[in-house]
Amino acid sequence: MKYLDEFRDGPLAGRLAGEIRATATRPWTLMEVCGGQTHSILRYGLHQLLPPGIELVHGPGCPVCVTPLELIDKALAIAARPGVIFCSFGDMLRVPGSGKDLFRVRAEGGDVRVVYSPLDAVKLAQRHPDREVVFFGIGFETTGPANAMAVRVAKQQEVRNFSMLVSQVLVPPAMEAVLAAPGNRVQAFLAAGHVCAVMGCDAYPPIAQRYRVPIVVTGFEPLDLLSGILRAVRQLERGEARVENAYERAVRWEGNPEARRVLAEVFEATDRSWRGIGVISHSGWRLTAAYREFDAELRFDVGHLQVRESPLCRSGEVLRGTLRPDHCPAFGRECTPRTPLGATMVSSEGACAAYYHYGHFVSAGSVAASH
Amino acid sequence: MEWTCPLPLRDYPTIVMGHGAGGQLSAELTEHLFLPAFRNPALEALTDAAVLPSLGGPLVFSTDAFVVRPLFFPGGSVGELAVNGTVNDLAMAGAIPLHLSAAFILEEGLPLETLGRIVARMAEAARRAGVHIVTGDTKVVERGHGDGCFIATTGVGVLRKGVELSPAAVRPGDVILCSGYVGDHGMAVMSVREGLEFETLIESDCQPLHTLAAAILEDPGPVRVLRDPTRGGLASALHEIARQSNVGLRVDETALPVRPEVRAACELLGLDPLHVANEGKLIAVVAPEAAEAALARMRRHPAGADAAIIGLATDAHPGVVAVRTAVSATRVLNMIFGEQLPRIC
Repeated sequence: MKYLDEFRDGPLAGRLAGEIRATATRPWTLMEVCGGQTHSILRYGLHQLLPPGIELVHGPGCPVCVTPLELIDKALAIAARPGVIFCSFGDMLRVPGSGKDLFRVRAEGGDVRVVYSPLDAVKLAQRHPDREVVFFGIGFETTGPANAMAVRVAKQQEVRNFSMLVSQVLVPPAMEAVLAAPGNRVQAFLAAGHVCAVMGCDAYPPIAQRYRVPIVVTGFEPLDLLSGILRAVRQLERGEARVENAYERAVRWEGNPEARRVLAEVFEATDRSWRGIGVISHSGWRLTAAYREFDAELRFDVGHLQVRESPLCRSGEVLRGTLRPDHCPAFGRECTPRTPLGATMVSSEGACAAYYHYGHFVSAGSVAASH
Repeated sequence: MEWTCPLPLRDYPTIVMGHGAGGQLSAELTEHLFLPAFRNPALEALTDAAVLPSLGGPLVFSTDAFVVRPLFFPGGSVGELAVNGTVNDLAMAGAIPLHLSAAFILEEGLPLETLGRIVARMAEAARRAGVHIVTGDTKVVERGHGDGCFIATTGVGVLRKGVELSPAAVRPGDVILCSGYVGDHGMAVMSVREGLEFETLIESDCQPLHTLAAAILEDPGPVRVLRDPTRGGLASALHEIARQSNVGLRVDETALPVRPEVRAACELLGLDPLHVANEGKLIAVVAPEAAEAALARMRRHPAGADAAIIGLATDAHPGVVAVRTAVSATRVLNMIFGEQLPRIC
């Protein structure tokens, strides 16, 4: 497959890993920000190619994982209403709320549908003018443009029975939260390539300077990740803390101006609560005044919801990079993809799920035994 | 496949509750729709049970139910699935498939023309697989209580002479063969169901595997086990073998035959081809000294033309399936949990 196979080349990967080994003279801790990167690393076993001193910790960049429980409970309450068609990306259906997940709501009679694009939800609303169609608009800056576009189209075409439950979160404030947290071990970042493809790289030099960390914009294929790691290690060895773009085939410094324009029109910054982390100032988006009529939280009053987190789940520490998923006492025991206690065990981008699915042989025994 | 509604059925262009009530409408449906398509001596008697000739060997017996949306998809329909699914279950056990039963659960309002086309495709699939549909049943459920047409088939066959297949026979060092491109069926159904368009049409691989199995079993001694990796894909089939044999299996991801268009679709949807359903592929675990010969026999057969050696059994990690990745690292291959491609077959 063009543009993919070239970046999965085994011998080239071996050569890059060799360069990393030759460059690293002491231990370094790197965080890959995005859950897609975490999955790629574990799926291809890239960590097995690195010298023992180079540790990868997994960042908070899994939108499904950081969506707060209260919002999931709201989604469940809205989805269970008669007359509502609740649309979501597939990942979100198995994420546990306080009591159940969207699959259960569907089994109990709720009309819950998986869509591949938020614009499909708008079309659905046009086909069903007698129903309220709600789209669960979760994600980082990457899903932002399509979600913004859906709301914009709904307004232009006067699709009044469409609304969006917005849970948009932003990467740079989360990176700062990781760096500012007590016990932080992260010395360099592999920044989320696709977020940068939309938003550009402007936000990162101040972070690199303030916290003295190299930030390397990195892609998702094995060679992308290895070259991102190599560049970060090179900077660390030289005592540098710059923003570098190792994903030039997708990322321009200024990002995608057209997407940014639509985003600025539809969304504005707001404080957001992150599951497992807490409230981070200016870390998310909500609809601007011009589009607020499409906000599902305002359209549906679901009353006060009592939120209940599993006391065993330590996904907050996993998301901040201070706990390795397989070091969690509940990992593979009380908590499996079949019976997830937290979202990090559900999403295809969640670090706990990635460890479970692709776990190295250290944990293979316990993985096999749990079936 | 064309289907013309026979005269006595034309008063009712769609299925009504009466078609399952056991009265005159039921009889007309059997006589004018099912019987002409499936015609064979055992069925012709139209009694409650078919009397079969003695089979002269151990019986192999299997059953399966088929629900798929949409009913017709590129490369097949629920009709072919219902025949080939049970034929292949028998074939994987080392049997010569012989007789099938077919039970239909129809939804009120299903166009008779749709049922006619499904039944015509079943009849053709049965001819191709060399089996007779010797008994059957029809029930009708109210509109909204079914998905058009559900089919359950049960099959009997006779075990081939000298064949003893069992996962318990798998030994470290044994070779894993795969009969061709994986993931075609799952992606074909998914692409029509979700309205995804790709440059190339992805067609289901739905086909009978009994003659391919026969070719592999020409030298039955070294063949440990045969499996058709349907729902859950190759991953589930390999897991079953690993767990039942308590031997580790190691698959080389770069050796796995996957069509470029299926790989592209999987990339797009975030799926692993190892988890996607097949309806016309098998995996064989064979003693190492016989693997090349088995591969050659598979490749001479049209259903195995793209066969490949994809991995080995090992004593390194009993009961666990591992994948060697493109960058020569190793990861554990897990089964999918719950719903990934809902209701493919």
